[in-house]
Amino acid sequence: MRLSQLEVGEKGIVKEFTDLEMSVKLMEMGCLPGEEIRVDRIAPLGDPIAINVSGYQLSLRKREASTIILQ
Amino acid sequence: MKADIRVALVGNPNTGKSTLFNVLTGLNQKIGNFPGVTVDKKVGYAKLPDGRTAEIVDLPGTYSLYPKSQDESIVFSVLADRHNPLTPDLVVVILDATNLKRNLLLYSQVADLKIPVIIALNMMDLAKKSGIAIDVDRFSKSLGVPVVPIAARKLDGIDQLKTAISYANKFALQEDSIDVRSIAPQLIASISDELSIENPYFALQLAHQHETLKFLSAEQSDRIEELEKEHSFHSQKAQGSETIARYSFINELLYDTVKVPVTAHDETLSNKIDKILTHKVFGFIIFFAVLLFMFQAIFSWASYPMDRIADAFVWIQNTLNHVLPPGPLVSLLVDGVIAGLSGVMVFIPQIAILFAFISILEDTGYMSRVTFMMDKLMRKVGLNGKSVVPLIGGFACAVPSIMSTRTIESWKDRMITIMVTPLVTCSARLPIYTLLIALVVPNKNIWWFFNLQGLALTGMYVFSLISAVVVAWVFKFILKSRERGYFIMELPVYRMPRWNNVAFSMYDRSKSFVLQAGKVIIAVSIVLWVLASYAPGDRFEKIEAKYKQPQYTQGVSADQVNKDIASEKLENSYAGVLGHVIEPVIRPLGFDWKIGIALITSFAAREVFVGTMATIYSVNGDADNMQSVQEKMRDAKNTQTGQPVFSLAVAFSLMMFYAFAMQCASTVAVVYRETKSWRWPAIQFAYMTVLAYVASFVAYNLLR
Repeated sequence: MRLSQLEVGEKGIVKEFTDLEMSVKLMEMGCLPGEEIRVDRIAPLGDPIAINVSGYQLSLRKREASTIILQ
Repeated sequence: MKADIRVALVGNPNTGKSTLFNVLTGLNQKIGNFPGVTVDKKVGYAKLPDGRTAEIVDLPGTYSLYPKSQDESIVFSVLADRHNPLTPDLVVVILDATNLKRNLLLYSQVADLKIPVIIALNMMDLAKKSGIAIDVDRFSKSLGVPVVPIAARKLDGIDQLKTAISYANKFALQEDSIDVRSIAPQLIASISDELSIENPYFALQLAHQHETLKFLSAEQSDRIEELEKEHSFHSQKAQGSETIARYSFINELLYDTVKVPVTAHDETLSNKIDKILTHKVFGFIIFFAVLLFMFQAIFSWASYPMDRIADAFVWIQNTLNHVLPPGPLVSLLVDGVIAGLSGVMVFIPQIAILFAFISILEDTGYMSRVTFMMDKLMRKVGLNGKSVVPLIGGFACAVPSIMSTRTIESWKDRMITIMVTPLVTCSARLPIYTLLIALVVPNKNIWWFFNLQGLALTGMYVFSLISAVVVAWVFKFILKSRERGYFIMELPVYRMPRWNNVAFSMYDRSKSFVLQAGKVIIAVSIVLWVLASYAPGDRFEKIEAKYKQPQYTQGVSADQVNKDIASEKLENSYAGVLGHVIEPVIRPLGFDWKIGIALITSFAAREVFVGTMATIYSVNGDADNMQSVQEKMRDAKNTQTGQPVFSLAVAFSLMMFYAFAMQCASTVAVVYRETKSWRWPAIQFAYMTVLAYVASFVAYNLLR
């Protein structure tokens, strides 16, 4: 299951990343393995998405979200 | 001002760092550039309780010491480079108490550089409200650094923070956060050894960032590269394991010191607002309503102060002309320098209002929502959600807008945004469009309330946006980039704007606009003045001799004679000669030599057009005397055909030319400054000139 497959309101726990470069950036922003993520919103045109992670809201594109694999 | 201690403010974006900076320094601050880069450097001074003065340096907000943009790369250089003139004695790290986990990452990196650190725990009021309980003493003890709880917006805890700064130790006493050496033991050891560096984290950061750090010599950088190969160091992997180690340190720390209520998340206010502001339908409607209001404000609110500024300059020019003895130097001052300056100064109200809006939109958090909504649309044409801000700003002025592209991390997206921003109809084009439209488009209504002239003007604005988008799309295929664009961006919670911040941003941006654009415009207007005031050989003497003969002055008022002399002198001046030289080139566009002069002078700044037209058609007045310029231009007849010079075809051809041509020295200068090479302004100038010529040619031949 990838983060990009979650619907609005659904939660998941980060397991691993498929892309090293992206993972470094995501982890800095608090998306770490073991961290719970909730999808808050999807942009009106379907991309990007807004997620809630470690207590704040982060937006990222679906392509970037698809590099996050959930447990 | 001499300071006793230098303090750097470091923190994530949206943590209230600027607010704290303003509170600490009052208006006692100045903005400059960090040496060698075009990143704004904000420095201010604060009086400490013990009577000493602290110099406060506001460093750009960043999430980590690993930079993602030009602004962010400053932070590490200033903190780590001992030879940097700005290296602080003390770092105040600002942490958002409502979002400690992510904020602590940067703290732990800074702390490991072993610079003396104090933590300012900001937004304590909001944290309390949401039930977050922080054991400040324990937090401080575990980290080994002073922690001052503050609420910068409410001015809570500021005195305590100043006291803490004055008591700050000269030595770094903080506890180690993670075992830095274990990330790359041999590499850190050899770099430390060869460059005689004591701090292991500094050595590790050099391994990551040596290619872009200016304070390393080429030999040092090459040596680090060799060492990396020798120890098979992988930058991204090392960074990843460092981040994981840091977060596990942070989780442990927070587990002991912070209690976050486990209540099921109730809908926050920010979320409720977002449901409306980023709604599928209302989101876009609200966005366009905001834009519409902004333009309305820029044009209507600014017109009164703009007129007053113009009046003031006319008054200054008149006064100087009366007070000072006539002569070439006075003429250079009055008609060259001051005339040029007034051309810049009248735009201050528009710039100030634009930046008030942009700062409100950014401060409240709405701008990041616009970015969020528009990203997909913008990406299709090779831009980025973040390009929306400069493109909107381009309606006022491309200069500050191009400066605001620095927030775009992706190099390619940023370059494309810079390349197309000058296509957006800026405020300098407005007087030209209104003048030409009033000349050729009848002032009448069609259907119910659509005024034809208004429609034509709106058409030019829409046209400019379409052309910017099309050009961006073309550049998307031309520009090659190895790096991948990405869009990982914090959506900050909605907040009320800080009004003194808004006021300061208006003042600050206007000032830097005047200083930057002012220099160029003064220089160019001096050159233009020389070109228009002197002629090759003895042409001017011949003209004056000619008008001494009675057959040219009989039955003509003295005023008219002076105008005739002025206009004949202009035709024979260097500028006039130039106009005749380029006439064959612009003839296919329907322009004569007089328009040619205006085109040349307009390359300094577009708004010069109206002034030049006024001079050429010998209107004895200034550029603001629009009515009479208009009448003269309407009456101007082609000497051979007897037809009006400004036909519908010529007027639209001219508007097309001004829509596309890069006639703005300030923009060229700012593009050079931002891209640090003449290549980009040259490409931009070339493509825009070609487009201008082609569009003019098509318009003229279609409408003829």
